[in-house]
Amino acid sequence: MKQRVTLNINGTEEEVYAEPWWSLAQVLREEFGLGGTKIACNTGDCGACTVLLDGKAVRSCLILAVKAQGRKVVTIEGLRGKDGGLHPLQQAFMEHFAVQCGYCTPGMILTAKSLLDENPAPTEEEVREGMSGNLCRCTGYAKIVEAVMAASARMRGEHR
Amino acid sequence: MHFKYLTPNTIPQAMALLARHKTRATVMAGGTDLVVKMRSRAIDPAYVVDLSNIPGLDFIDFNPRDGLNIGALASIRALETSTLVGKQYPVLQSAAHQLASPAIRNMATLGGNLCNASPSADMAPGLIALAAKARIAGPEGETFMPLEEFFSGPGKTALKAGQVLVGIQVPASQASMQAVYLKHARSSIELAVVGVAAGVILDSDGRSCKDVRIVLGAVAPTPMRARKAEAALLGKKLDDKAIVEAAEIAAGEARPISDVRASADYRTEMVRVFTGRALRVAAGIAS
Ligand SMILES: Cc1cc2nc3c(=O)[nH]c(=O)nc-3n(C[C@H](O)[C@H](O)[C@H](O)COP(=O)(O)OP(=O)(O)OC[C@H]3O[C@@H](n4cnc5c(N)ncnc54)[C@H](O)[C@@H]3O)c2cc1C
Ligand code: FES
Ligand code: FES
Repeated sequence: MKQRVTLNINGTEEEVYAEPWWSLAQVLREEFGLGGTKIACNTGDCGACTVLLDGKAVRSCLILAVKAQGRKVVTIEGLRGKDGGLHPLQQAFMEHFAVQCGYCTPGMILTAKSLLDENPAPTEEEVREGMSGNLCRCTGYAKIVEAVMAASARMRGEHR
Repeated sequence: MHFKYLTPNTIPQAMALLARHKTRATVMAGGTDLVVKMRSRAIDPAYVVDLSNIPGLDFIDFNPRDGLNIGALASIRALETSTLVGKQYPVLQSAAHQLASPAIRNMATLGGNLCNASPSADMAPGLIALAAKARIAGPEGETFMPLEEFFSGPGKTALKAGQVLVGIQVPASQASMQAVYLKHARSSIELAVVGVAAGVILDSDGRSCKDVRIVLGAVAPTPMRARKAEAALLGKKLDDKAIVEAAEIAAGEARPISDVRASADYRTEMVRVFTGRALRVAAGIAS
């Protein structure tokens, strides 16, 4: 039987009736039309479904929507810069050509967001380590690491 | 998947639900193992009892009398980032850091890692090296059990019907143990091919081995102590020769299988290599 779930998605209080076995990823995509969250492996291995739950990167394919009851979810659609435009991470991914097919990109950017929130000035090694659970079939990762390093510099007020 | 989702707010409520639904109910913590298993239909419970709404089960604290107490719902990420754990029991911080990826560690709990009872569970070897005890709540009250007796086979624990793991206790005496956990895997986000924890307490002379534990992961149906290798070191001077011999004995004690990750022969050889390395690090001998 469907269960009522209330949660805050990208700053808005929302309500949905979900079967207990529906994943958060599925509900974000199918009930809320937030297709930026991708489902690829559906086993927690690839990171394409990464969203922020109460500010921390998690795998939305492994979280039951009912488990997210009362919590704050941020998807790639909800990420914004201070001026309401693109977030520095989104900007840097574009400028550094860190996107090819784009399937991994929302998960990469939200993982990087969670990483930079905890560690605003990571080394390149720490970025690689922090992003190690996110797979990309296209870019070879170098551009992604560059983009995260550039965004972190920009967010600290250093130009790069 | 087709189940009712239940969210008890207290341990007694959780136990009552488990008692009512018996084998048709499964406990959930972070869900990172459970959801994968349900989706692949490895298990198909009618009731999922999620413990995560029970307050006060995610603590990490230390006092000189009881040692380190960790609630079953403490996340792997919390263990990795706890300065307390990092200072008093760095082996646990390092094991947490080597478990999966940051986004998994944010959800994954210590209790889930242990109760899932995978032979390759990364938190088990270090905790067993530290002589940790499992704190178990059940209809008959709370009991303690040495963690090394907690595992009874792949995916199987000593928990009886209606019991849940509520926490882990590491004796204060073990804070003086020099312990390390080395995980040999294809990459950091892969499961261990072999995991080895070694813990050493040296005598006041600073050279001979007063206490030693060698715990192997992913090479037997459960995490296992290499007791013969431990016995060979006890009371001896911890030098390179003794370590080489102990590593050889440990390799002989392992009972690995061949699977997608590695052959049994390779695992046996890696037990030798990683036991040697772990003991050298624990003994403070640069290799
Ligand atoms: C992509 C990926 C990578 C992974 N990599 C690793 C790795 O490198 N190393 C590793 O060790 N593990 C790894 N895991 C496995 C998993 O993330 C961990 O074992 C995790 O700690 C499980 O915790 P959980 O809270 O998510 O458990 P859950 O999935 O909620 O539960 C696991 C099992 O334990 C039972 N259980 C949970 N809590 C209790 C309790 N308090 N009392 C009684 N029973 C309980 C449940 O019924 C279930 O059977 C990985 C998983 C994924 C998806
Ligand atoms: S779809 Fe969730 S980790 Fe791959
Ligand atoms: S850009 Fe295609 S998977 Fe990363």
